[in-house]
Amino acid sequence: MEMTDKKRAIKGGEFLIRETEAKEVFIPEEWTEEQKMIANTCDEFIEHEVHPVVEELDSHKNPDLMPQLMDKAGELGLLGTSVPEQFGGFGMDFNTSMLVSEATGGGHSFAVAISAHTGIGTLPILYYGNEEQKAKYLPKLATGEWKAAYCLTEPDSGSDANAAKTKAELTEDGKHYLINGQKMWITNGGFAEVFIVFARIEDDKYLTAFIVEKGFGGITMNEEEQKMGIKGSSTRQIFFNDCKVPVENMLSERQNGFKIAVNILNIGRIKLGAAAVGASKKTLQRATTYANERKQFGTSISSFGAIKYKIAEMTTKLFATESALYRAGQNIDDAYDALIAGGMDEAKAKLKAAEEFAIECAILKVHGSETLDYVVDEGVQIYGGMGFSAEAPMERAYRDARINRIFEGTNEINRMLMIDMLLKRAMKGQLDVMKPAMAVAKELTSIPDFGAAEDTSLFAQEKKVLKNLKKSGLMIAGAAAQRLMTRLKDEQEILMNLADMLIEVYVAESTLLRVEKLVGVKGEEACATHIDMARIYLYHAVDKINSVGKEAIYAFAQGDEERMLLMGLKRFTKVNPFNLKEARRRVADLVIAENQYPF
Amino acid sequence: MKILVCISHVPDTTSKIAFTDNNTKFDTSGVQFVIGPYDDYALARAVELKASHGASVTVLNVGEASTEPTIRKALAIGADEAIRVNAFPSDSHFVASQIAEVAKQGSYDLILMGRESIDFNGGMVHGMVAEMLGMPSVSPVMRLDIEGDLAKMSREIEGGHEEVEVKLPFVAGCQEPIAEWKIPNMRGIMSARTKPLNVLEPVEVGEFSVVENYELPPAKGEVRMVDADNVEELVRLLKEEAKVL
Repeated sequence: MEMTDKKRAIKGGEFLIRETEAKEVFIPEEWTEEQKMIANTCDEFIEHEVHPVVEELDSHKNPDLMPQLMDKAGELGLLGTSVPEQFGGFGMDFNTSMLVSEATGGGHSFAVAISAHTGIGTLPILYYGNEEQKAKYLPKLATGEWKAAYCLTEPDSGSDANAAKTKAELTEDGKHYLINGQKMWITNGGFAEVFIVFARIEDDKYLTAFIVEKGFGGITMNEEEQKMGIKGSSTRQIFFNDCKVPVENMLSERQNGFKIAVNILNIGRIKLGAAAVGASKKTLQRATTYANERKQFGTSISSFGAIKYKIAEMTTKLFATESALYRAGQNIDDAYDALIAGGMDEAKAKLKAAEEFAIECAILKVHGSETLDYVVDEGVQIYGGMGFSAEAPMERAYRDARINRIFEGTNEINRMLMIDMLLKRAMKGQLDVMKPAMAVAKELTSIPDFGAAEDTSLFAQEKKVLKNLKKSGLMIAGAAAQRLMTRLKDEQEILMNLADMLIEVYVAESTLLRVEKLVGVKGEEACATHIDMARIYLYHAVDKINSVGKEAIYAFAQGDEERMLLMGLKRFTKVNPFNLKEARRRVADLVIAENQYPF
Repeated sequence: MKILVCISHVPDTTSKIAFTDNNTKFDTSGVQFVIGPYDDYALARAVELKASHGASVTVLNVGEASTEPTIRKALAIGADEAIRVNAFPSDSHFVASQIAEVAKQGSYDLILMGRESIDFNGGMVHGMVAEMLGMPSVSPVMRLDIEGDLAKMSREIEGGHEEVEVKLPFVAGCQEPIAEWKIPNMRGIMSARTKPLNVLEPVEVGEFSVVENYELPPAKGEVRMVDADNVEELVRLLKEEAKVL
């Protein structure tokens, strides 16, 4: 397959062993006018149509309200961004569809409804449906005439999705499958017309997916779940009792369901990261406005250092996730273009491209949801007593954020997955982790490099630090894999440590690259605050990697090996002093003056 | 039916206001610009009339190249084509003169715009344009229907409404609820890039106004709360301290 040099060079997970140049990454400052206008439409929709009714949505007093909002979103075209034009959608590229997820992400329960419909509801048909299935369902899903839900989870199978007990049995005449079983936590369940249902045929090892219409009969459901947050989104338990599904409604092939579930989740995960960025921006903006308006001791509380610290941290984390998010999104778009140029069909290429960057998708899911939780937590704190009151918006933001660490694969599952995928790729020789890991091991026994001529160019020091962080990761992951071998997969605590290292490396690098690229366009002076944020984040990453790295080493190494690894970690996480307090103040001062997320 | 909608390119209402060049210029750095909210309603009504009467809608802005995203948004909302008169909109007379010049070339049946722009809020442009073209001018229009060559409008006046009928062509300054406010949809956004946006050079107009300097309003003073039952105290404070009675 022919690809451009640049695109051939970038593989999923490769960031750990490869130096990326700033010019290779996409940065949000490069959005076109048209993309900005699309985001603006989503913003206006959320602001004018959704926010005024969030309270009512959460009360469930009017069960028609959510489907009505979905209809309005459909009229604006917001449900068809990923669907090709021939099926009534707009066939936008992946990064633009992520921007839509971000811009609707501040819509509380509505954000969950729209993302379930356009993501896990629509994408299985788009990517795995045959021509007849696509022609029948996609146009109606793209306009919102039909709403979709995804039925995978069951009472006894959550993270262990393939353990589902729902059965699909072929009728005697061979024309239908009878589906029997129970699904739970089904988003949009209350009003969906189309359900993607995963069930087992006979004693198959893997599940099979079906497109089920409500009209097929045999579908009943419980009342709405009473939830901690996203109360306005419809979440039902659904029962299938001899639900008669025509054989032509099997999606893809028998036993392909588990693969569908896994692959669709890759896309769902990174888009969850995008929605979390949107929700974080909304929260930061509200918290900043409140801090500017709220007066104590005769002055705005935003003038206090303790509050500035919070605003700067919220902003920096958000900026960092955003940097990584669209870097990965563009990688997926580029991989897709290359696969299409190589002759692959569109649906397969989309899936393959997302699968290639599955590690990054998992990273963004975890980091996005945890950044959002940090942001809403500090949002409540900035609001003080009012943050705890249901009258002010922080209470809802706090509750609504929490689910993001649970659905689309818990953050624990995602952490384990990213390390599992990394090791598997290393084993298969797809990612050459061994050579750099061995080089690091060798470096440990040699005399430390005290640095020759001092490079004074922007980020020269930071890049050296980043390189060392990658070495820390390779060193500890390599040693853990060597010592524990197959037992590593059972040492989940260590896997969590390794995942944290991987996440921090990716996010810190993405932030540095974004700022470096931007400085190239606007100059250092105009990017002073961006530079501060890149440094603040990097120092965070260093601390985190040092702390989880130590934990991992304590857990699996002993004696000389332990001493050597600890010494290596100390060497690789060494940084020059940097006045974080002043840097945070500069970041906060800009956000406070602009009264919003200004990047 | 041909409709010309004149839109202004104004700072978003939440923008922070600051000045540069010795307080003689508005500082645009970091400011988000939008279609003037009143103009937005005029545009929305034009797009509705296009749907119901089959009109063509041309959107016009007097501004420098930086206003083009705002113009594209108007195209995304539903205008068919756009004209930008390539000049800084220095004052109402300048803008009105440019609009009148474009209008003369295009023989429009309706010339709609907001009752005022929300940056300098002069509220004079529609009247000036009408005068220059010798057409009737109505403002602020809150309802607008077209029947044949007659425009039937409802206008806000002090203490009530006035029903007005004029023959086409005419100029109207609009405000809500003249139309349902519109968010550009995806199809509109994607078609906006292919719609024509013609750039014209301005006609020469004499300068009648000069900005000496801008000032921000003084910061609000402290608020003193007076008990609702204590009217005497309130009157005393107004007389003795505020000295306004």
